[in-house]
Amino acid sequence: MSESLVRVEKVCKSYTRGKEKIEVLRDLSMNVPRGDFLALMGPSGSGKTTLLNLLGGLDHPTTGSITIGDERIDSLSERDLARWRAGHVGFVFQFYNLLPVLSAQRNVELPLLLTKLSSRARAEHAATALEIVGLRDRARHKPNELSGGQQQRVAIARALVSDPMLLVCDEPTGDLDRTTADEILHLLQLLNREHGKTIIMVTHDPKAAEFARHVVHLDKGVLVESLT
Amino acid sequence: MKYLGLLWAGLFRRRTRTVLTLASIAIAFLLFALLRSIIDGFLGGVQLVGADRLIVSPRYSIVDPLPLSYQQRIKAAPGVVDATMANWFGGKYQDPRNFFPKHPVDPRAYFNMYSELIIAPEQLEAFANTRSGTVVPRSLAERFGWKIGDRIPIEADIWPKPGGDRLWEFDVVGIYDGPPDEAPPDTMLINFAYFDEAREFAKGTAGWFIVRVADPNAAGDVARSIDALFANSANETRTSTEAEFQAAFLKQVGDIGLIMSGILGAVFFTILLLTGNTMAQAFRERIPEVAVLKTLGFSNLSVLGLMLGEAILLSLVAALIGMGIAVLMAPGIAKAIGNILPNFSIAPQTLLGGVGLAVLLGFVTGIFPALQGMRLTIVEALRRN
Repeated sequence: MSESLVRVEKVCKSYTRGKEKIEVLRDLSMNVPRGDFLALMGPSGSGKTTLLNLLGGLDHPTTGSITIGDERIDSLSERDLARWRAGHVGFVFQFYNLLPVLSAQRNVELPLLLTKLSSRARAEHAATALEIVGLRDRARHKPNELSGGQQQRVAIARALVSDPMLLVCDEPTGDLDRTTADEILHLLQLLNREHGKTIIMVTHDPKAAEFARHVVHLDKGVLVESLT
Repeated sequence: MKYLGLLWAGLFRRRTRTVLTLASIAIAFLLFALLRSIIDGFLGGVQLVGADRLIVSPRYSIVDPLPLSYQQRIKAAPGVVDATMANWFGGKYQDPRNFFPKHPVDPRAYFNMYSELIIAPEQLEAFANTRSGTVVPRSLAERFGWKIGDRIPIEADIWPKPGGDRLWEFDVVGIYDGPPDEAPPDTMLINFAYFDEAREFAKGTAGWFIVRVADPNAAGDVARSIDALFANSANETRTSTEAEFQAAFLKQVGDIGLIMSGILGAVFFTILLLTGNTMAQAFRERIPEVAVLKTLGFSNLSVLGLMLGEAILLSLVAALIGMGIAVLMAPGIAKAIGNILPNFSIAPQTLLGGVGLAVLLGFVTGIFPALQGMRLTIVEALRRN
């Protein structure tokens, strides 16, 4: 687990709101080993989600470099970044963000529409992903027919289906009760341990962070503490 | 094709709204198919036109007839091969709704001029030799169950007989057809000699002359030289192509094309606003979904294509429903208005035009939301969520 999958070097990220320049991340450097399960913690406004967005290729840093695997993603164009995300990262959001008009199966298949897989192969991959999260029997259900925990499992299956090297999870249990949250965290732990997925998870919840191998704390855009 | 399921599912995100929007657009395309076909039906009468024929009519008004003596002078004009006369008879058969044109003509000269019309030679001879004879197109014979030997009473509205008698009776001596690949003729032909002799007034005049020119390319010159023959006379002429003549005739009841196009324009403008508003509203609701698609790796162009595709799909499906209903209604409508518009039918090119219009409507209503979707940044959209 010593090889770094994620290398962040001297990253700054700032926004301009009106005439005011807001520095969200300041000169931040960190490495995440391949196969790690990292929890990012910190108070609101500390830059956790901003950092997660940068690591997932959803946004560009203002300065600094981000390398995932062998790819410098900070210098990729929007189009190349979209292509990179499709093949290398899976996302899990707090509010699941499933498409309400599609069944669980079709939601999971969504990322595969960008591949050259046949319709049958897409269905098989989606079924496997649903199997991993324990929801194969709910494949035909639409999101509004599933509980919150089940919807999050579908979201995890969607994140997994293209077999990404990295899973980024933004408060994945923030909308769930304790029991369901623990089930989801166990599932993430399983994906990390059994399937070797590298996971970076933003959370406010210290109990959720306990499921991670490492915890780092952010405050005002800088790393302040790192625990194993 | 792999995105079709996604597009289709997207359409029915709000089922009631989509069904209402579909219904609105479908009604617009139902109107489009029917009104467009009515316009074509009116213009369809023009299809018999041969480029080598001209019509010499009164310059100022169709009710101002021309002297029959003009025929010989027209025949003698340079570039003219032949000329014959015709007149508007009007009148009604049994009921005013049984409208069809009735033209007194010179039998042999008329069928010589319109050589594309098909009539048995013996029937043409009978027409020429029977004063009260009439030949009718097959469409009218089938519509009213006429057969050779029948006597058809027509009540005149323009042309009474001396003493004010308005009843004219004509003996069916022949049935004629048009060319198989053109709209069927709808005009009852009457023997001009009988008509001219028996009418109360305006004897020795004709409504218009039909002229065959030697060279269709020189038709303009021929027309000018004919009109020059009668310039500054009491009965000046206006020589035009048959298409122009028939269009001008139809315009006496109003510019049908303009009226119909105006109605269609208003309908589609309303639909454009309605659908545009619906698409814009749908986009606002879907900002988080657009963000998710982009997060998953859909490029800006893919998002543009998906959103535009959804708008076009909505418009196309609605158009196909609307035009499909129009096609189903067409036979009934054709039967109901056959006396006014015997050529009414929904042509394949009308349906193809409708498909093109549907794509355009979908594009126009979808392009602005689609551009917004394309420009949406993921981080901003997720933050709004």
